[in-house]
Amino acid sequence: MDLRSLTIGQVRDGLLARQFSATELTRDALAFAGSQNSLTSAYLHFSPERALAAAAAVDEKIASGEDPGPLAGVPVAVKDVIVTKGVRTTCGSKLLANYIPPYDATAITRLEEAGGVILGKTNCDEFAMGSSNENSAFCPVRNPVAPDRVPGGSSGGSAAAVAQGTATLALGSDTGGSIRQPASFCGVVGVTPTYGRVSRYGLTAFASSLDHIGPLARTVRDAATLLQVIAGRDPMDATSAAATVPDYTQSLDGRVKGLKLGLPREYLRDLASETGTLIAAGVETLRGLGCEIREISLPATDYAIGCYYIIATAEASSNLARFDGVRYTSRSKASGTLSDMYRHTRGEGFGAECKRRIMLGTYVLSAGYYDAYYLKAQKVRSLIARDFARAFSEVDAIVAPVSPFPAFKLGEKIDDPLAMYLSDIYTITGSLAGIPCMSVPCGLTAGGLPVGMQILAKHFDEPTMFRLADAFERARAN
Amino acid sequence: MKITEEEVRYVADLANLDLTDAEVHKFRADLDEILGHVERLNEIDTAGVEPMAQVLFEGGATDTWRDDRERACLGTDVALANAPLAGAGYFKVPKVIER
Repeated sequence: MDLRSLTIGQVRDGLLARQFSATELTRDALAFAGSQNSLTSAYLHFSPERALAAAAAVDEKIASGEDPGPLAGVPVAVKDVIVTKGVRTTCGSKLLANYIPPYDATAITRLEEAGGVILGKTNCDEFAMGSSNENSAFCPVRNPVAPDRVPGGSSGGSAAAVAQGTATLALGSDTGGSIRQPASFCGVVGVTPTYGRVSRYGLTAFASSLDHIGPLARTVRDAATLLQVIAGRDPMDATSAAATVPDYTQSLDGRVKGLKLGLPREYLRDLASETGTLIAAGVETLRGLGCEIREISLPATDYAIGCYYIIATAEASSNLARFDGVRYTSRSKASGTLSDMYRHTRGEGFGAECKRRIMLGTYVLSAGYYDAYYLKAQKVRSLIARDFARAFSEVDAIVAPVSPFPAFKLGEKIDDPLAMYLSDIYTITGSLAGIPCMSVPCGLTAGGLPVGMQILAKHFDEPTMFRLADAFERARAN
Repeated sequence: MKITEEEVRYVADLANLDLTDAEVHKFRADLDEILGHVERLNEIDTAGVEPMAQVLFEGGATDTWRDDRERACLGTDVALANAPLAGAGYFKVPKVIER
């Protein structure tokens, strides 16, 4: 059994045939992940006690003839912005270096009820703010495919762990591309579900109107299976949707003939690179499967970056106000009044990118600027959502790049925040509209770097998105 | 220039963020560049467009309601466990006003 290529189905078969126990698999997976972690720093810390307890529960169920659940014994990595009771949750920030949450996120509860085994917590950009994972307060993550390059961000550790094989599945979070872009950079599958599809209870809030929890996996089927487990209404999150969760694996039937796919003109215009060539080849593969390809227009695309970086930073400046040295975070040793304590704690504790976003967000919400920036951005957001609604009256799904370029070198873009923000263009639009989107591996550049193809679908139409991604994955394998 | 160092200091004050002089200098330049890009939003006509504050989806009027029943809560000890300073069942903070 090779942990690096293990799938949910292989774990299930092995457990039910008594080839290995969940406890044996968990011990092996923890040992392997521990031995490999210095290569990538994908994990910030491991949770062996919790993992072995979850594995023992699976073994007991199997021994007593009970169904051990759809994720029985499967090794899972969890981004360290999702709270885990009794297991340190740092959000990649110095401020929360010693924070031990008193409760579990709903996604964590559901994952463990389904038999999943959480090995540990993965590295990420501080409070999920970044596109390279270089904003982690602890250490950057290295891309397992090319260790001098970034894994993408902000769910860089989760993508790296799945690519490296130190987890079979991972949970990430996505606000403007933070699951899809690292999935693309590391050559794995990453899914941002419809806004409201997965409860955010226990996800540390960054930008509440844009935040999502979603799966990363090595196959479309595994990603769909994980989403199945974590999706659905949760009374603890009023923004979670009541819509019925369909059986996603039912949609992996290869029936894509006649599907109408849109190629956004605005996305391909500037893509005269190797990424563009690979996406074009991917589109031809889909055409070969009988899909009907047509060009579409999403005219508000040019304004998406400006729109996103106003809304996301405005919401972040409000959400991050709670990290103030009183309830969860460490406190500055500098003396003074309560007000001085807040300022020192936050000034010493937040890294440069969080400070930059708090500043931008506070500025656009401040007196005299609210209408010009925040309200304007919310109106532009309506136009971006309308673009998609119009497109989906003509096509069943949209195919696009994930990132304008493959994984870049560590340090290459860190000193140019605007350039880093601009690279989020293809993922941000879907986030603003709240539609389901995913990255599926599309090929390698001449230098061997993975490139992902993005598939976007209508609200709650994950089945069409998965059907297409699965058919594409199988066509590429043949 | 979209933003001055004085405005950066004012915004940092609003955000309860202690910045060094070097940070004020750097963030002024960064925010200036980002706001310059954001200005492009003025090119697009949004007359009569409703602001989008939230992603909305179809659902029943009471879908997000739950029964108004008592539920278990964390309790004081657990809620205070991560506080840098606590005592007598409270979060402790420095003096609010210096006399």
